[in-house]
Amino acid sequence: MPNSKSAYSFSNKKEKFDTHIIVVWVDNEAGVLARVVGLFSGRGYNIESLAVAQVDEKLKISRITIVTTGTPQVVNQIKLQLRKLVPVHKVADFKREDKAVIFKEMALFKIVGPNNKLEGALKACKKFNPVLLDKTKKSNVIQITALRREIDKMSKDLKKFGLVSVSRTGAVAMTRGADIFK
Amino acid sequence: MSKLYSGAEIVFKCMEDQNVDHIFGYPGGAVLPIYDELQNFKSIKHVLVRHEQGAGHAAEGYARSSGKPGVILVTSGPGATNVVTALTDAYMDSIPLVCISGQVPTHLIGTDAFQECDTTGITRPCTKHNWLVKDINDLASTIHKAFEVATTGRPGPVLVDIPKDIQFQKTKYSKPKKEKKLNDKSHNHFNQNSINELIELMSKSSKPIFYTGGGVINSGPKASELLRELVYATGFPITSTLQGLGSFPGDDNQFLGMLGMHGTYEANNAMHDCDLMINIGARFDDRITGKIDEFSPKSKKVHIDIDPSSINKNVKVDLAIVGDVKTVLSSTLKSLKQKKSKFLKSNKQKTSRWWEKIQKWRSVRSLDYIGSEETIKPQYAIERLYELTKDKDSYITTEVGQHQMWAAQHYKFNKPNRWMTSGGLGTMGYGLPAAVGVQVAHPKKLVIDIAGEASVLMTIQEMSTAVQYSLPIKIFILNNQYMGMVRQWQELLHDKNYSESYTAALPDFVKLAEAYNCVGIRAKTPEELDDKIIEMLNTDRPVIFDCMVDKVENCFPMIPSGKPHNQMILGPKDQENKKITGKGKSLV
Repeated sequence: MPNSKSAYSFSNKKEKFDTHIIVVWVDNEAGVLARVVGLFSGRGYNIESLAVAQVDEKLKISRITIVTTGTPQVVNQIKLQLRKLVPVHKVADFKREDKAVIFKEMALFKIVGPNNKLEGALKACKKFNPVLLDKTKKSNVIQITALRREIDKMSKDLKKFGLVSVSRTGAVAMTRGADIFK
Repeated sequence: MSKLYSGAEIVFKCMEDQNVDHIFGYPGGAVLPIYDELQNFKSIKHVLVRHEQGAGHAAEGYARSSGKPGVILVTSGPGATNVVTALTDAYMDSIPLVCISGQVPTHLIGTDAFQECDTTGITRPCTKHNWLVKDINDLASTIHKAFEVATTGRPGPVLVDIPKDIQFQKTKYSKPKKEKKLNDKSHNHFNQNSINELIELMSKSSKPIFYTGGGVINSGPKASELLRELVYATGFPITSTLQGLGSFPGDDNQFLGMLGMHGTYEANNAMHDCDLMINIGARFDDRITGKIDEFSPKSKKVHIDIDPSSINKNVKVDLAIVGDVKTVLSSTLKSLKQKKSKFLKSNKQKTSRWWEKIQKWRSVRSLDYIGSEETIKPQYAIERLYELTKDKDSYITTEVGQHQMWAAQHYKFNKPNRWMTSGGLGTMGYGLPAAVGVQVAHPKKLVIDIAGEASVLMTIQEMSTAVQYSLPIKIFILNNQYMGMVRQWQELLHDKNYSESYTAALPDFVKLAEAYNCVGIRAKTPEELDDKIIEMLNTDRPVIFDCMVDKVENCFPMIPSGKPHNQMILGPKDQENKKITGKGKSLV
C-alpha cells in the first residue's frame, strides 16, 4: 500500500507494513460485497486478494477472505470499521506468519505444447498435488492448491513448459486443530 | 384475516409507529403513490422544501435540536442525488436521519429508465446502511430496522429506496418488534476496571483536562447533566470541540472555550501541556489536533466513545472506554463518590498550579479584537447578538466559514441541542435549511442562522419554505462580500492572491427578503446595530438581516497548518512573527 498520508497533516513516523488475512462472515444479501470492498477503497486500504462464497445455505452466511497489508493501526481500523457494517457478523484477523492457520490459494494452469513439455509441467507441479482437469493432445489444464508465493513461483517456472493461461483464486483461510473462530 | 395495506400506506404506518411527526420532502414521479397517501395520516406533517438538499439539512436541524431522527422523503434520480450532501454531512457529524427515496419500478431497474440512478450505490459510503426494498413483504421490517440503525450506537443517516411498484403492492403490516441487538452489536463494552483505572488516573493527575465533543450531545440531555456533575466534582478544566458546545455552560469559569484550529489560547495550550486528557465523545479530528506528531506530547490519554473504530484511529490512547457517554459518566460518578468522596478538596491543592498556568494563558485574552466605531466588526456583531438573545433560550445554526468560527467563539451556549453547525463535512448552505428544521421542531423558540453571505446563497431558496410554513427564522448574515475564510487563507498562505473569493454581484438582501415576502433589515454601523437586532427579534416573521461588516477581518486565534497546539497565531500583530512557510502551505 502506498503511504496514505493525509493532505492535512504529515507524519514522519515510518511504520512497518504487515500482511494480514482478514476473514469476514456476512449476511449474503444484495450489495454486501460492495459494502466490504467499498470500505477498503473508500478509506484507502489495500486488497491483495479476495475470495468470497456463501458457506451456510440455511442462514445465508457468506465468508469473505481478504488479504491486505497495512500498519498495525490500519489493520486495526480495518477490523473495527468492518465490524460496524450492519450485515457483518464477525471478523477474524490472522497474520500471514501465523502457524496456527492454514492459507491456501487455488490456481489453474493451461499448458500448450508437445507431450514432453506437458509431462514436464505436470512433474514440476508434483509438490502441490496437481490434478489434471483436462487433457488433449496439445494441452493440459492443471489445478494446484498452494500458498500465494508458491503459485507466484509456479507461474514463472511453468513458462518454459508452454504456460499460456493462469487463473487463480484469492487465499482462503482456516484455523488448524479442533477450534473454530468465534 | 388482517387488513392489507399498500406499500405507500406501510411507509406511513411505520412512521406513525416510530413517532414521526414531521417529514421534510419534495415530490416526484417515483414517490407519487406515497404522496398520495399523505393526506390519510394526519399525525404526520410534511414540510415542502425547495431543493432536496434543503430537506436533508432541515431534517438534520430537526434531529439535532430535538434528539429525534430526522425524516426525509425524496423522489428517485435527482431527488436522491440532491440529498447526498446532506446525508454525507449527517454521516460526518453523526446525526440520525432516515431518508425514504422513490425508485423506478423494479422491472425497470438497470435499464437507465427516466430518473433512475443507483441510489443505494451512490449513498452506500455516506450512510450507516441502506436498503433497496424489492419485496413488499420486507418493507415494514426494513423501515423499522432503518430507524433502529439510524438511532442506535453512533447515530447516523440511513436510506430506504422503494421502487414505485412496491409502493402500490399490498401486504399485511407488521409493527416494530423489540428486535434483538443487530448482529449482537451492543454498545457498552467497558467494565468496572476501566472506570477504576480512570479514577486512578484522575486522582494522580496534576494537570488534567476534559476534552468533550458531540458524543455528549448525542448521548442525550442527561449526558450533559452528568458531565457538568463530573466536571464540578473534579474541579478539572474543560474544553469542547465545535460540536460539543452547549454540553457544558459556555460562561462557566471551568470552561476554557473551544479548542482546535480557531480555539482559545488557553484551551489549546492546556491540551498541549496537560498530563491527563479525558476525551469524552470526541474523535481527535485533524482540526482539533493540529500537527499530530506533536499533539499533547506529555499526557496520558483516555478516550470515551461509543464507536470502537474511533479509538486509536488518529491518536493512540492509554485507556479506551467504549460505551455510551451517559452510561460511562454515570458509572464514573458513582465510583468517584464511593471511592473518593472528597476528591474535589484533595485535588484542589494538586491542580492549583495548573489553574494558575491556565489563568496566565487566559489573561492573553485570545478572543479579543480591535474594535471600530465606523464599521461593524463581525465579532462585535456576534457579541451583541449574544447579549441581546441570551435570556431567550435561543437555537443557533450556522453556515460554514469565518462567521461560523466567530459564532462558536463569541456566542456562549448553556444547554445542549442549541447549536447546529456543519463540522465534519463543512457544508456551506447548511444553516438556513437547518434553521427551518429547528423551527419546525421548536415553533415557539427563537431560531437564528448566523450566516455568511456566500454560504447562505447556496440554499437561499429555503426562505420560501420558511415563509410558506410561517417559520420565523432569523437569518443573520455577516456580510463581508468575501468568502471570508477562503480570503483569510489566501492572505496568509497565497500571498494575498484573492483568487475568486470576492463575490462581485451580490443581491440586495433586503430586497431579496421582500421578494420572498419576509422582512429585510440592514445594519451598517455599530451605532445602529443594537436597535436593528432588537427590531429583528421583535419581528414575528422570517427575517433576513444584512449585517454589513468589516470586509477584511480575519478569524483569530488560529493554529497555522502544520503546527502544534502551542504555536498559535493570536491576532493581526502576532501574525507577522509566525509566517506560515514551506510545508504548512500545502495543508488546509
